[in-house]
Amino acid sequence: MIISTPMPNLNKTNLARRTILTGLVSCALAGPVFALDKRVATQLIDRLVGEINAAIDSGMSETKLIGRFERIFADYADVNIIARAALGPAARSAEPAELEAYVAAFRGYIARKYGKRFHEFVGGKIIVTGTNDRGKFFEVMAVTELRGSAPFDVSFRVSDRSGQNLFFDIIIEGISLLSSERVEIGALLDARKGNIATLTRDLADLG
Amino acid sequence: MIKRLPIFAVASLVMVVSACSPRQGAVADDPFERLNRSSHAFNKGLDRNILSPLSKTYTDVVPDPVEDSVSNFARNLSLPGKVVNNVLQLDLSSAARNTARFALNSTVGLAGLFDPSQKIGLVEKSTDFGETLQGWGVAEGAYLELPLFGPSNMRDGLARFVDMLFLDPAGQILKPPVSEYRSASTVGALLQTRQIYGAQIDEVLYGSADSYAQSRLVYLQSRRFELREIANDDYIDPYAEFE
Repeated sequence: MIISTPMPNLNKTNLARRTILTGLVSCALAGPVFALDKRVATQLIDRLVGEINAAIDSGMSETKLIGRFERIFADYADVNIIARAALGPAARSAEPAELEAYVAAFRGYIARKYGKRFHEFVGGKIIVTGTNDRGKFFEVMAVTELRGSAPFDVSFRVSDRSGQNLFFDIIIEGISLLSSERVEIGALLDARKGNIATLTRDLADLG
Repeated sequence: MIKRLPIFAVASLVMVVSACSPRQGAVADDPFERLNRSSHAFNKGLDRNILSPLSKTYTDVVPDPVEDSVSNFARNLSLPGKVVNNVLQLDLSSAARNTARFALNSTVGLAGLFDPSQKIGLVEKSTDFGETLQGWGVAEGAYLELPLFGPSNMRDGLARFVDMLFLDPAGQILKPPVSEYRSASTVGALLQTRQIYGAQIDEVLYGSADSYAQSRLVYLQSRRFELREIANDDYIDPYAEFE
């Protein structure tokens, strides 16, 4: 009893210090650290859609828009897993350095490609309509509002399995970005006889 | 009677064929890939040399309201066939909707040249015999790229011919010259559609590393989405693959 009295105090301060430190570090590194649930997934995509809408509404040039999209992708998408999944089985046997360089090239490629695509949406916007719990991930549903065109369905698949809350796929009218990039990157890799280094170099001019 | 029998003959043929080729999730079931790829090369050449330039000329030369009327006329005459499929699917509310649309556009809309139904929110419930077969439990079967008609699958490819040959009341009733106007308007509608989706079509056909594989994916995923027959493994779970 006598020795145990100071102990909890010590632990308490330690615990408090650790909590504050962890909090600060994770704020600095990862931004939101809320456990992923329906509400958090919806809020994440609400913010993402807000940024996309602001970007396409800003009237900036296509080049600037692409730069903005690269940042948006870095903040909201798990580009690392998207890039690996797009590479398919080849990602397993690749050298770590080779894979890292490929993922870096893929970041620019994907931002250019989808930045251009979203540029076609100028004057329109995306509206989040709801979220479904799909077990291992959350699917946030949205529709587009475009001038002179029928609305179409867009959904974002969000997961925390990377350690952060990020989206890993965008599905537009049933067509998945991830599936489509696996076909594309697979074909590019085949055309280069499976050489990831050549693919990485060429990705700089693609998208 | 002559017209009704073949539907079921074709339907049972589709069921036999699709039973032989089970669906394989996200991976396309494509045993005819070699043949499909040659159809694709043919279709791509057709688009590059004829459809795409003709569509550009058509939409440049013809004023937009005329283009719209031509497409409205074609679409209106396809409605009776959709009503037949709505009924086969026992979807009577869509059958009523499409019938009302056809009645209004054929009269107030001057033989379908205009689309007053759209203005009162009476939008089309699109369907086809492929959807009817799906409702009857027929699986999509192997992937097919048909010459002229493009991406399809065993079920929907055969269904397409059933729609054209047997389930198209307008085609059976109309006589020349109206049937000829209809054919011409169908071509016009196709040219306008090629222009409207121009950016997306160009991206798949001319902007991808393997346009055959990319159009196969786009077709399969959007068709499954349209018919709400998406299986859980249709999309990639990238985390599961690296666990």
